[in-house]
Amino acid sequence: MTDIVPAPAAWEYAPAPESRAVVTIAPAYGLYIGGEWVEPAAGERFATISPASEEQLAEIAQGGEEDVDRAVRAARAAFPGWAALPGAERAKYLFRIARLLQERAREFAVLESLDGGKPIKESRDVDVPLAAAHFFYYAGWADKLEYAFPGRPQPRPLGVAGQIIPWNFPLLMLAWKVAPALATGNTVVLKPAESTPLTALLFCDVLRQAGLPAGVVNVVTGDGRTGAALVAHPGVDKIAFTGSTEVGKSIQRAVAGSGKRLTLELGGKGANIVFDDAALDQAVEGIVTGITFNQGHVCCAGSRLLVQESVAEQLIAKLRRRMEKLRVGDPLDKNTDIGAINSAEQLARIEELVQSGRDEGATIWQPACRLPEKGFWYPPTVFTEVAQSHRIAQEEIFGPVLSVLTFRTPDEAVEKANNTPYGLSAGVWTEKGSRILWMAQRLRAGVVWANTYNRFDPTSPFGGYKESGYGREGGRHGLAAYLSLEEAGVGGGEA
Amino acid sequence: MPALPGGFELPASLRLTRVGSVDAVALEARAADLAGRSIKKESKLLALDLAIRCMDLTTLEGADTPGKVTALCTKAIRPDAQDASVPSCAAVCVYPNLVPTAVARLRGSGVKVASVATAFPSGQSPTAIKVREVEEVVAMGADEVDMVIDRGAFLSGRYGKVYDEIVAVKEVCGAAHLKVILETAELGGYDAIRRASLLAMAAGADFIKTSTGKAAASATLPIQLCMLEAIRDVHDATGRRVGMKAAGGIRTAKQAVQYLVQVHETLGLAWLTPDLYRLGASSLLNDVLMQLHTQRTGRYQSLDYFTND
Amino acid sequence: MTDRLPVMKTYKLFIGGAFPRSESGRVVEVEGANVALASRKDVRDAVKAARGAFPGWAKATAYNRGQVLYRLAELMEARAGDLAATCSGPDEVARAVDRVVWYAGWTDKLAQVVGGANPVAGPYFDFTVPEPTGVVGIVAPAEPALLGLISRLAPALAGGNVVVALASQLHPLAAVELAECIATADVPAGVVNILTGDPAETAPWLASHMDVNAIDISGAVAAPGGDPAFATALERAAADNVKRVVRGPADGQRLADVEQLLELKTVWHPIGV
Repeated sequence: MTDIVPAPAAWEYAPAPESRAVVTIAPAYGLYIGGEWVEPAAGERFATISPASEEQLAEIAQGGEEDVDRAVRAARAAFPGWAALPGAERAKYLFRIARLLQERAREFAVLESLDGGKPIKESRDVDVPLAAAHFFYYAGWADKLEYAFPGRPQPRPLGVAGQIIPWNFPLLMLAWKVAPALATGNTVVLKPAESTPLTALLFCDVLRQAGLPAGVVNVVTGDGRTGAALVAHPGVDKIAFTGSTEVGKSIQRAVAGSGKRLTLELGGKGANIVFDDAALDQAVEGIVTGITFNQGHVCCAGSRLLVQESVAEQLIAKLRRRMEKLRVGDPLDKNTDIGAINSAEQLARIEELVQSGRDEGATIWQPACRLPEKGFWYPPTVFTEVAQSHRIAQEEIFGPVLSVLTFRTPDEAVEKANNTPYGLSAGVWTEKGSRILWMAQRLRAGVVWANTYNRFDPTSPFGGYKESGYGREGGRHGLAAYLSLEEAGVGGGEA
Repeated sequence: MPALPGGFELPASLRLTRVGSVDAVALEARAADLAGRSIKKESKLLALDLAIRCMDLTTLEGADTPGKVTALCTKAIRPDAQDASVPSCAAVCVYPNLVPTAVARLRGSGVKVASVATAFPSGQSPTAIKVREVEEVVAMGADEVDMVIDRGAFLSGRYGKVYDEIVAVKEVCGAAHLKVILETAELGGYDAIRRASLLAMAAGADFIKTSTGKAAASATLPIQLCMLEAIRDVHDATGRRVGMKAAGGIRTAKQAVQYLVQVHETLGLAWLTPDLYRLGASSLLNDVLMQLHTQRTGRYQSLDYFTND
Repeated sequence: MTDRLPVMKTYKLFIGGAFPRSESGRVVEVEGANVALASRKDVRDAVKAARGAFPGWAKATAYNRGQVLYRLAELMEARAGDLAATCSGPDEVARAVDRVVWYAGWTDKLAQVVGGANPVAGPYFDFTVPEPTGVVGIVAPAEPALLGLISRLAPALAGGNVVVALASQLHPLAAVELAECIATADVPAGVVNILTGDPAETAPWLASHMDVNAIDISGAVAAPGGDPAFATALERAAADNVKRVVRGPADGQRLADVEQLLELKTVWHPIGV
């Protein structure tokens, strides 16, 4: 055109906060045991805060051994009745819960973002809908368990399941644990994470609305001591834990010799592998999703980018440009891409590992972005020139920090990807179908995302190899962790 | 002389960006994510103002007459009869026969005259006739030429023909700007849209444009994103800024804002000018005006207060 | 008929397809023979051999694994007399042979029975396939001598795992006899490694070995006069690298025994044009 019309100097999006009015937070919470709110025996409480503002949201009960015992006894008392209920009736309770979660979705989403710091668009579009979907999925299994495992016609529940869940997906992990346990006829004592208990406590109100029999689900809040008491309790038949590998190992040691069944979903150091023929712009989307989804507080985060050397320069340029567009800030703002780091402790860990990356000689890059003054924040970070031996290439950072390594051949990519004690997830980006399958076969990881990343579904089994844990959550396979399965064959009765 | 006697030349390093491919699911997911941006208050006003300034107000009907086009041109110059602060549209887009009418009405207004050409919308005519048509519309005073690519040639793999035709048209455009319509709905997927985008830019297009508005489907957010990514790659490789025009199916202010957000977050602020971005539409303008009034007055609006032209 | 002095057999370890003596040079007299008394270094060597054999065995087609296991049954049948002499008799051998045949038939059924396609709510093709866990340590049941080892070994192999087995301390000869069948049955070297001696000495090294992915403590749990604290100690040591700790009957024929040594891999791919 002859005359040049200037572009606007800036286009700042006005704040678009989701309203907090939809949630009501009590000043203090008790423990949910036997269908009632009870005071913690020792009367001890701690504060849960919003990591985005550091404001105190509520006082949370610190469950002690006595409280755990009370909850386990409540669950034990409720077990015979719940297990004896026809599957179709159990199913209807789960369907009710699913529907109630959908009805109260906005409330749960806002509360999740407030208490945990994750962007509202994620809690609204991922956490809460998936949680409801999990209940819906397992509801359908409750009266079809005899179809689930061929050759094992009479599946029986285990009894009381002690479930310990992490702070990164508080409601979703609750759903992953509680839904299959209830569908299979077990009763539950759930310990939410110390820093994010509010949605689990709100969930108790959903249980009330659903009319779930008292004691079928009990929620005991508290810190690691509460979890340890639950693991140690002799009245618990099964422990399901999601969290760090370090704690997972201590739980495995603790239950040794007890005969308790155990499933562990632990840490990871997922490799996202990009070949030179990949659809680069979409690979960039997957890399960004892989490392910034939920601030990188994701056990299956694609925290190692392995990029074929011939396309590395171009890909990294695209990646940086894309990361510059990420909007870090108020978790309740509908335009926020990266919210608050979950806790001061986690922020310190991220900072410590990033410092080690600098010290060990990797090149750091962060976009210019304004971080709020109050609260816990960390900008998206990309390390290049990372060596396999660097701590940032080995240790789980659990933050929006990506380590970039290069490779030359598919064999080298596989070798580097598998060169870790973890084995939870991996990503492969290439247009060549046979190479996808070749890679998928060789990657020692429980989930392989090809030309996508960080996808979850209730029908899709999820879990790790090696030190990422054992047992699967989701799908038909997720039922097995909560069932005693006898086979008809020789020695089958001993399962 | 070939570099290797008896051999043939391999493009050892591509002069342009790699053609590459597009993953449909991830592209659509990204488009949906960006469409979820919540644009409010001042940021929305800016977007609505921009939508009008980037709009190619369009009429492409067999029944178009000088009277109809004159009225449309009037609307383009002053979209809002109630409010002179509302900017003019970027251009009026018409069939070749209506170019003189539009030129006469728009002279001195700053609003451009765009003419479709090259056997619009099918493109199924001999190249010589298409070139001749472009010569005519340019001679009649069109500032911009919206040509269609030969989809028959593209889909049968005769990329050279498509390329040569665009080059030939560009040559006769002179000072007029060339928008190349890919008619994305007919190409069969994002890989082909990307390939056609790169082909058009390589051949000299000033803009690439999604659609004629005459096919079964028109612009969508993922299609625009696919084309923006191609534009971005060309800019990376050559430093050249090629414009984008989304056309067809954009009827609401909300959609217009979504298209603009996508441009903003994919190509950046530099493209948020009518020199590099256009929205082709026939019925979008009044909805944008209504939204502007809603934002300014805090009241919901009625179409009774906006002129139909 | 002249008197002929029979040639006596030396009962050795089975590591990496070879029959070495214990690196410690120790033997112990059990069941009328000098049996190698494996050391922690033999455990180390056996795990190394197993790790080396893992990729090949895991990648072998399920059909091939089934054929190899069936071949093992054939060779056991052919040496039924020798095997019978080391265990409770022909009946136990017959059952052991049949058990190997049962597991041989499982190899190419597992992916369909255990895996499957997952109908996710989105434009993705999503499927789950079983894969072997890796290097499996087995503390074999004390009894039955042959059938107990086979009951723990065969399901591990059917799933594609490689094994380091600690033979029954009371009845080690059956294990060595079995090793000689395995050595000639097209089972790739290192896929099965068998150590004789005292599990109380070797099992802790196996349980704490960071390159062992799973440990079957059936033998420790069920040991006659067994010490529950021993099994618990093994289980505790296994936590160092999150080993899968499994157990099962000494006389068992169960899909569950295969399944507990399988990992599940879920693969996602978008569906689009």
